[in-house]
Order: sequence, then structure tokens, then C-alpha cells
Amino acid sequence: MSFPWAKHYEPRNPVMRFLDEKLPLPRLVYNAVGAGYPVPRNLNYMYNFGVLAGFCLVLQIVTGVILAMHYAPNSLVAFGSTEHLMRDVNWGWMLRYAHANGASFFFVVVYLHIFRGFFYGSYKAPREMIWLLGVVIFLLMMATAFMGYVLPWGQMSFWGAKVITGLFSAIPLVGEPLQVWLLGGFAPDNAALNRFFSLHFLLPFVIAGVVILHIWALHIPGSTNPTGVEVKSESDTVPFHPYYTAKDGFGLGVFLLLYCAFVFFFPNYLGHPDNYIEANPLSTPAHIVPEWYFWPFYAILRAFTADILFIPAKLMGVMAMFGAILLWFFLPWLDNSPVRSGHYRPLFRKFFWFGLIPAMAVLFYCGGAPAEEPYVMLSQIATAYYFMHFLVIIPIVSRIEKPRPLPFSITEAVLGEDKKAVLGENTKPAV
Amino acid sequence: MATSTGTPQSDAVAPEADGTGVRRRDFINIAAVSAAGVGGLVTLIPLVSQMAPSKDVLAESTTELDISAIEPGQAIKAVFRKQPVFVRNLTQKEMDEADAVPLSRLRDPETLEERTKEGHRNILVTMGVCTHLGCVPLGAGEGENRGEFGGYFCPCHGSSYDTAARIRKGPAPSNLVVPDYEFTSDTTILIG
Ligand code: HEM
Ligand code: FES
Repeated sequence: MSFPWAKHYEPRNPVMRFLDEKLPLPRLVYNAVGAGYPVPRNLNYMYNFGVLAGFCLVLQIVTGVILAMHYAPNSLVAFGSTEHLMRDVNWGWMLRYAHANGASFFFVVVYLHIFRGFFYGSYKAPREMIWLLGVVIFLLMMATAFMGYVLPWGQMSFWGAKVITGLFSAIPLVGEPLQVWLLGGFAPDNAALNRFFSLHFLLPFVIAGVVILHIWALHIPGSTNPTGVEVKSESDTVPFHPYYTAKDGFGLGVFLLLYCAFVFFFPNYLGHPDNYIEANPLSTPAHIVPEWYFWPFYAILRAFTADILFIPAKLMGVMAMFGAILLWFFLPWLDNSPVRSGHYRPLFRKFFWFGLIPAMAVLFYCGGAPAEEPYVMLSQIATAYYFMHFLVIIPIVSRIEKPRPLPFSITEAVLGEDKKAVLGENTKPAV
Repeated sequence: MATSTGTPQSDAVAPEADGTGVRRRDFINIAAVSAAGVGGLVTLIPLVSQMAPSKDVLAESTTELDISAIEPGQAIKAVFRKQPVFVRNLTQKEMDEADAVPLSRLRDPETLEERTKEGHRNILVTMGVCTHLGCVPLGAGEGENRGEFGGYFCPCHGSSYDTAARIRKGPAPSNLVVPDYEFTSDTTILIG
């Protein structure tokens, strides 16, 4: 693990020495996020989002455990108990807004983290496992957020639960019994609410476990960096602490400013007013949409309006929606270019900025719009591009593209043609 | 094995001496692991089946409805198993529209006759649950959007149903479900 020049932990006082012998936890921290972990010296702010995602997970767990102290997972009183939390519990409104907006910000951060990976080729060897675990975390997050959104038992909670579990009914033969089994009834009701609460409580801790594996896998090769050139010598790295603790700390400050702006000044901006109406199984809100972070995938779901060959439109939509994410599992093997960073891949970069990003933006926009023209057609075009991008364009581009020349090393990229750096003799960070 | 004396040299245990063949240990091993495996799998049954609808949820209530007050062209919403049911009194024009559609044009071919009870072909009883992902379609309430085909319109993902509540357009795969029901008199129906 880590590079040979990583500093070694030395306990400074008898207490730490005692601890180090019995349970070397400080050593673990030192080697993971301390001075004992050398990191490429040229990471930019796109590399802040991993730490921020970790922060969001802790934030959700802390606020969530507190919400659970006041919340009652029973369909008769759930809605009332969240209102009680908002109105009567000291600071309850703040904790709930912190949790609800925390979920949104968690997704903002994770999406940026994923796009960092897309652009800098973080998914490529030797980091495939980190990427795969990341996709698992993303799927778990989606499940967690979905079930959390059901808990306040408002109109959007109820109809979200109905529509999303309805996705399973598209599966041939077993679909409908499966949906009934998942809900414990024919429509969402007390049984569904209870199990969603139980799982919503559990899954974040499962996520925490997978995050540990994700970071463990990361610490074997270490981070990528904007050049995509691997670390060659000590001069290519700086110790995580104090360099990146400082940089991540600054990023955290900026994040908190934005997050608090939402929690305190626009707490409902990202939510949906219909969720302040108690669940009514007999009336669907006129315009039901999931939370914003599901929009791109929701647009893909709705893009399939006619049967394709023998596959019903409903099944196609569901398969495409899940496929859009499951596709990411194959990305390390779809992209064969030996060059990691998009900076040095002229063609890849064009398709990234002028293909994938606009397509995602269109899907995002259409997912939140009503199921009408022109949004349906736009989603169809964007969905087609999305799948083309990963299944056709990326594999072809990675074969035909002529990459720009790579710098010899990270140090060279940062300092220019420094002879000493090239020879690897410049062992102290020079700036 | 009756002659087994427990010494490695005895005939009965000879196969294990040269390391080939089946040893008694192997049998015990496989039997024990299989028993544990089967036992483990059996414990999954309660873990999985507790998720299925419980007895009280299954205790199917029936719903009795008085439909005498529904004027032609109107519909009512009722509740059956905590889900909405639509009962619609079709006008002559609506029935003609439904009859005029050739079955070959339908995604889920059924005639109005097959979807109603004999002698009551103007009374259309369906679940108010879109067969796409389960939203409640519009069209049963006064002034609600009935969609392109004059029946029901699901706002969630844009499925349109015709006057016989058959799927005509959009992502839903099949017609609105007709629940089990019977006429208990000329003006009352019993669903379930
Ligand atoms: C991965 C981390 C988590 C995510 C993404 C998440 C997401 C959500 C979301 C979107 C809601 C609905 C918020 C609303 O509209 O009010 C919610 C509600 C809730 N969550 Fe979480 N959550 C997470 C972790 C947790 C944890 C660890 C717990 C408890 C141990 C928890 C307990 C609750 C409770 C009790 C509610 C219902 C109260 C309410 O709706 O405000 N959550 N969660
Ligand atoms: S639920 Fe009715 S169209 Fe999707």
C-alpha cells in the first residue's frame, strides 16, 4: 500500500505508543488521511468531491438518526409526525431541512465526483475496483434516497413509491407478484412504509461499509491526477496532511456556505410542494416528478413510448433506465485508450463536452418536465445519444484517436522541463 | 464395512489408504454440509415470505356500490382494496366510438362486450390504476382531462385510454383492469 517514500507513523507520547501497540487506529488514520499518505501534487478542485461526499454521508447519518427519534413509521401518523417535528420539536425544522437538503447536496457532490471520473479516466486500470465500488455506492444511495423520500408520507412520497415499485411490475411473469411482495400489499401502505423506514435506516451504514472498501481500493494505486500520468517519484507527490487537508478544508467551507444558503434561505426550493399534502391513494398529483437527482434517469424511463419489436414499451423504459447506470460497470472495458486524462484526448474531450454533457443536461431538464411534446422527443434523442456515447463512441474514439503528447511526469507538468525533476532527484516539493 | 476394525490396514478402509476413492469422512462431510446448507436455505423462507401481504391486508374486503345516481357520460370513483375503482355510465356515442375501433388496432385487444356485463354494456367498471406504473388516471372526475380518446388520461407518463378504458397511446402495456364484480340488483354492484 502507498508509495515507498510514505512517512512512517511514530507515536509521540506514551499514550499514543500504548494505543499503537494495542490498537493501531492513529496509525491507520495517519496512513489514510495524514502525513503518511503521499498524493499527487497537482490535484485540482474536482478532486475535492470525494471528501465532501464522505462529509455528506456523515451529515445524513447524524441528522437522520436524530430525525428517527421523532419520526413514527406508521401510515396513520407518519405525516403528522414530520409536521410535529417541523413545528414542535426544538430545532426540528432545521434538522429536517438539513437532512432533506443534505440528500440533494450529497447527490450534487456525487454527480460531480462521477463526472470527474468520466473526464479524467479514473475508471481505468489499475482503478477499476474503485470505480465499480463507486457505482455500487451510487446505486445504494439512490435506493436510500428513494426510501427516505417515502417516509414523510406526503403525496409525492406515496406516488413516488407507487411509480417506482411499479417499475418492477414491468418484469415479465414475476413482475406483479414481485411488486406486491416488495410493498407487502397491492398499493403502498403501512407495511411498505415500515419496511422502507427500516431499510432507510440500515442502508446508509451499508454505504459506509462500501465507502471503506472504496477508499481501501483507492489507497493501493493512489489517486489519479489531471495529467493522468502515474506518480513516478517522490517529487510528484505531497503528503495528504497538511496539503490536502487544507485544500479539502477550504472546499468544505465553500460547500457549507452553499448548503447553508439552501437550508436556511431556500429550504423547500429543491423539494416539491405536493409533499406537504398528506398521501391520498385516490388522487395522483397532476404533475408527479421524482426528486431532481433522479430526473435524467426518469427521462430515460419515459422516453420509450412505443413497443420495440416484441418488447413492450414499459419494459424497455425500465431496462433502459437501469441499464443507463449499469452501463457504468462496463466503462473500464469499453474505453480502451491507454491515455487517462481527457486533457490529452482531443476527440474524447469533444464528445465529452459537446455530447455527453449536453445530453445529460437535456435528460435532466426533460425528466423534470411534464410527459408532453417536445420533452418526450427531446428525451428520446438524448437517450439515444447517451447509449451511443458509451457503447459506440467511447470504444471507437479510444481506437482511432491520436492523443496529445503526455508530459514525462507530474513534476514536469507542474514545473516545466526541470531537469532535476525529470531525473527524479528533486525529492522535496519545490514550491 | 462390517469387518472394519479401525486399523488402516483392514480391507474395509483400504480405499482411503492410497488417498483415492471415497472416504467415510467425505460422506460425513458432504452430509453435514448439505444438511446445514438445506437448513440455511429453509430459514430463508420466513425471511422472504414475511414481506408478502399479511393476512389483514389479504382479507379482501368487498365493496358494494349503488350506481343508480351515475348519469350517462358521468363516472364515479370508489375504493376497493384501498385502490381506486372507476364506474362509468357510457353514453350511446361513447359506446359507438368503442365499437368502431377494429381490434387489430388495439395493443390489448378486447371488445366493450368483453369488458362489461351482459345487459349492462353501458356500465364500465375498471380499476383506477394505470397499468403503466400505477398512477390514478384522470377522466372520472367532472371536468378532468379525458385524453385524446375520450376515456381516461394518465398524467404521469401520458397514457391515453379510450371510452372502453382500453390503452390506445403511451407507455402503459394493457387496458385498465376490470375487477371481479357482479350486479346484485339493477342498480348495485358488488366488487370483489
Ligand atoms: C445516504 C444517506 C441518506 C440519504 C441520501 C437520505 C435521504 C433522505 C431523504 C431524501 C428523505 C426525505 C426528506 C424529506 O422530504 O423530508 C429522508 C427522510 C428521512 N430520513 Fe434519511 N437519508 C440518509 C440517511 C439517513 C439515516 C442514516 C437515517 C436514520 C438513521 C435517516 C432517517 C430519516 C428519517 C427518519 C426520515 C423521515 C423524516 C423526514 O422526511 O424528514 N436517513 N432521508
Ligand atoms: S403511470 Fe400512467 S402513464 Fe405511467
